[in-house]
Amino acid sequence: MTTGTTTPAALEVDHLTVDFKRRGAPSLRAVDDVTFTLHPGHTLALVGESGSGKSTVVRALSRLVAPSAGHVRLAGADRTRDAAYRRAVQMVFQDPFASLNPAHTVGHHLRRPLLAGGRATRSDVDARAARLLDAVNLTPAADIARARPHELSGGQRQRVAIARALAPEPAVLLADEPVSMLDVSIRLEILGLLDRLKRERRLALLYVTHDLATARHFAADVMVMYRGQIVERGPSDDVILRPRHPYTQLLASAAPGAAGSRERAREARAARLAARRARPAQPRETSRHAPPDEGCRFRPRCPLATDRCARRPPVVPLGPTGHEARCWLHVDAARQGPAA
Amino acid sequence: MTDDILLAAHHVDVVYDTGEGTPTHAVRDVAVELRRGELLGIAGESGCGKSTLAYALTRLLQPPARLAAGTVTLDGQDLYALDREALRAVRWTRLSMVFQSAMNALNPVTTVGRQFDDIFRAHRPAMTATERRAKAGELLDMVGIDPSRLRSHPHELSGGMRQRVVIAMALALDPDVVVMDEPTTALDVVVQREILDEIEELRERLGFAVIFITHDLNLLLEISDRLAVMYAGRIVEYADTARIAEGGALHPYTRGLLRSFPALTGDRRDLRGIPGQPPDLRLATPGCAFADRCEAVVERCRAQRPELERVGEGLSWAACHVARHHPSDRQAVPTESAGQTRGGPA
Repeated sequence: MTTGTTTPAALEVDHLTVDFKRRGAPSLRAVDDVTFTLHPGHTLALVGESGSGKSTVVRALSRLVAPSAGHVRLAGADRTRDAAYRRAVQMVFQDPFASLNPAHTVGHHLRRPLLAGGRATRSDVDARAARLLDAVNLTPAADIARARPHELSGGQRQRVAIARALAPEPAVLLADEPVSMLDVSIRLEILGLLDRLKRERRLALLYVTHDLATARHFAADVMVMYRGQIVERGPSDDVILRPRHPYTQLLASAAPGAAGSRERAREARAARLAARRARPAQPRETSRHAPPDEGCRFRPRCPLATDRCARRPPVVPLGPTGHEARCWLHVDAARQGPAA
Repeated sequence: MTDDILLAAHHVDVVYDTGEGTPTHAVRDVAVELRRGELLGIAGESGCGKSTLAYALTRLLQPPARLAAGTVTLDGQDLYALDREALRAVRWTRLSMVFQSAMNALNPVTTVGRQFDDIFRAHRPAMTATERRAKAGELLDMVGIDPSRLRSHPHELSGGMRQRVVIAMALALDPDVVVMDEPTTALDVVVQREILDEIEELRERLGFAVIFITHDLNLLLEISDRLAVMYAGRIVEYADTARIAEGGALHPYTRGLLRSFPALTGDRRDLRGIPGQPPDLRLATPGCAFADRCEAVVERCRAQRPELERVGEGLSWAACHVARHHPSDRQAVPTESAGQTRGGPA
């Protein structure tokens, strides 16, 4: 694994594959042979654009979709079907306007998982719910518990959703774009809250996002997903500041603020336009659909693609930090690397 | 210098008549000026009134929203004094808009070509069918889409391609001003970057001016010439973008918003957003709407609302009692907030 930690794994995901059946067409492989480990007290970011399969990974781990291959082990045990797994692996969804029931009070949203998980009794459930609200900085807890979702702001609702996820005292928290629906000025507060809870409660946190900047700042390690496959992974600074896979490089250079200054942004744009004009034969509207073979799925868009990219790209280690890329380009360099 | 001003808005007030109690005041006393060929960014969070302002600037407000006060002029001509015919003559040909929901702005039951046709038939009745088709194909080619796509229905195009089609439509009649409301928000970063490059290249070629509205202040720092930051219906800072990009933001809200975007490549600096949440626009406060969330707040902020005032050299306006005491050269007065300004984009 890429993390240099020696803590026992909270969740091990082994060769996870998810296929969606389609009528009149071959099934779609949304997640293709994905392997990673979540450790207590650590954040792993899963980064990718829409359609990359990152949400499907989360849905498979929370057993909302059935994987077609692979194993998931919780604290070493292969027991994803029992209730203990469901309690130990909790989710925070993207949209706090949809994930809370408008008919129920905040208190109800917290009491149910507390009672169902056996974490509270009828007599102390209100006190426990109040403690959860305190933990996510929703005060005064008594007033908030009586409120219904529509009386709360987006940020407050997401705090409720986080409190609810904490109710069964999970070991693993899967946060799927937890701040992308929220106002810019409150996003860091929510990410900071998740970060603190992760530390205090030794949660293993999977942070799914399309935003490289927050992935870098809130996660120790980053995995980049493209069309169902992990194409690059490693310590977040390695992956985001020194990306090695052409897709990660494209992603990192396209992010707002990537250039570092207005001047450099202008230069980068001039370079992009010049590169585009230099290739007039290639229509800009290129097919983004991967050919139906074992080859690299990024190669239709890859400026560095060669003939061998039609073969399944190998995972290449890129040094001692656990940085790896799934790309033919690095095969030769890696072979020479240890000798040099 | 004033000849350069294409679109000007002054003292714009927009209210929503909600039918119950006092109307919601979504835009208050806003003034902006757009010069020929420039890109003016308007930044703010949801509910700050930036989209409502876009509709006011293009005279597209629909009840219950209405322009309660103020003027909008296009090349000196009062947009709200025009009759229906005159307004039709201005729309698309001189002033067009790319909506926030541009991905859904296309009619799903007819082809892209037919939708271009509608524009030309309404505004260029003299064009023949052949001319219309040729012009539409040219426009698609201009935004990097194969002209054969005129026969496609919107659902056959990707989100990015639909967005390009909508931008091509906005440019169909060579307008002077295009108002774009969150044109790339729903797109992935790589596609967003391609569309932004496209807009910039077209702007260089065709010379139209853009009002670009987004919550992504980080993005505006790269692409805009000047920048207005809105909060609770008002412009709180109005400045040359370069000044803000270089750490010269004057309003504590602007600084907080900048801080809310962690640097992709820079150091791991303090990762704080802005505490609290934006105010309810239905509730009127006597003081500064940002006071409750402001780190530099002083007693006066809660009692008296700061006016948008000129603070320093060049275009440099802020609505803040504290910012007003910053000398324009930021040779500091020893207050807490001055220290932060000096420290760069905190």
